Amino acid sequence: MQTLDAEALCQALVEQMRPHVTPTTALLGIHTGGLWLARRLHQALGLTQPLGAIDVSFYRDDFGSKGLHPQPQRTDVPFVVEGADVIIVDDVLYTGRTTRAAINELFDYGRPARVDLAVLVDRGGRELPIAARYCALTLPEPLPASQNLQLECDPSGALTLRLIDA
Amino acid sequence: MRNPQLNKHGELQHLLTIDGLPREILTAILDTAAPFTEVAEREVKKLPLLRGKSIFNLFFENSTRTRTTFEIAAKRLSADVVNLNVSTSSTAKGESLLDTVDNLCAMQADMFVVRHAASGAPFLIARHLETTGRDHIHVVNAGDGRHAHPTQGLLDMYTIRHYKRDFANLTVAIVGDVLHSRVARSQIGALTTLGVPDIRVIGPRTLLPTDVEKLGVRVFHDIREGLRDVDVVMMLRLQNERMNGALLPTPQEFFKVWGLTAEKLALAKPDAIVMHPGPMNRGVEIDSAVADGAQAVILPQVTFGIAVRMAVMSMLAGQQGGNK
Repeated sequence: MQTLDAEALCQALVEQMRPHVTPTTALLGIHTGGLWLARRLHQALGLTQPLGAIDVSFYRDDFGSKGLHPQPQRTDVPFVVEGADVIIVDDVLYTGRTTRAAINELFDYGRPARVDLAVLVDRGGRELPIAARYCALTLPEPLPASQNLQLECDPSGALTLRLIDA
Repeated sequence: MRNPQLNKHGELQHLLTIDGLPREILTAILDTAAPFTEVAEREVKKLPLLRGKSIFNLFFENSTRTRTTFEIAAKRLSADVVNLNVSTSSTAKGESLLDTVDNLCAMQADMFVVRHAASGAPFLIARHLETTGRDHIHVVNAGDGRHAHPTQGLLDMYTIRHYKRDFANLTVAIVGDVLHSRVARSQIGALTTLGVPDIRVIGPRTLLPTDVEKLGVRVFHDIREGLRDVDVVMMLRLQNERMNGALLPTPQEFFKVWGLTAEKLALAKPDAIVMHPGPMNRGVEIDSAVADGAQAVILPQVTFGIAVRMAVMSMLAGQQGGNK
């Protein structure tokens, strides 16, 4: 498998999104990797709506079998959701369950006019009918379940993608 | 012996008392409570975590604040809540506590929130559930006799951490009727476990337990001396209903010596916060000017109590009978 250049993918994602966003488009990053990516996109696209952050721990569908995720983070939606144009941002799209949880949580804040999804990498393996409107890279072959694609962020905000054996 | 509150994986199975719980678990509860505080600001003040779970509020003793905040906490987690009022329940007809519990289990209860005048009643229920192999059902102690009130102790810790950030350099004073107070016992346990270096207990000899020093606190019989330079003042309610005999002369006289007034509070640090578990006896243990003053955080305590109870209930419900 080729090495993934997270910085180049991030740039590609910005170019994909640029023609479609307006200054009032709101970004909502999913903790933690999605939020790092959303910060970069927010800046590069020059958006004026404050950046939102979402932790889907309380909306996960595996609570019954796995219990509460340790150390949930604060969800912070600093814009008016009612009627808003929202793009949910995550680093890696896999089963689609995290996205479903994020959409459910978002709707508890109001009724957005439109919701899109932006991801750095689509690794395949979907278990729900969910697709990203913006995606910098779709892997040609789905990644085996034994492997994890993990985004990392250094203090300067620079992104790297790492393939880890789970 | 295994702590009866923990399952074999060391996870919280019941919350009965703060005593014996490791610092990591207390910290995890406080950390989990933080994001729950934000739910109150949403359009839809509900999370789907406990959807389909049945929680029974078993209150064998009066309570407004605790029962209501437990009920709101459970409802914000989407659980179904059933409130059992003891005066109209079959207990009044002579049914035993464990028979009541067995009947509610037959109604597919997932959690009991128990308040009882007898110390140890929630523990009795938890042990009964374990010995009958029903360890998917959880028990939360909402106050038992003079023993413990762990969620109150935890919400107090949440409040202190909210205003003071850290427990490491604090001086905390607990003032008043410690003898009859399950709240004080839970507070002392939590403050000790979380590493508060200077815990003071202030009150008349007749209202302090003998050997209270053994809990790791400093005892003061002079409120002015005890309040000097403290960061946190935790007032206790004078519990007239739990007293037998003449432990103090009159409430008026108690106020004169032990009541928290602005003049006494001035001896604490200028940024000291004043807490009270409620219900307050104005003019007995606390002066109205202090209770309504800028340093009082008594109403935020109530609000934080909802988030802390949400954290406890969701952590418990996330454990799927781990003893099997």
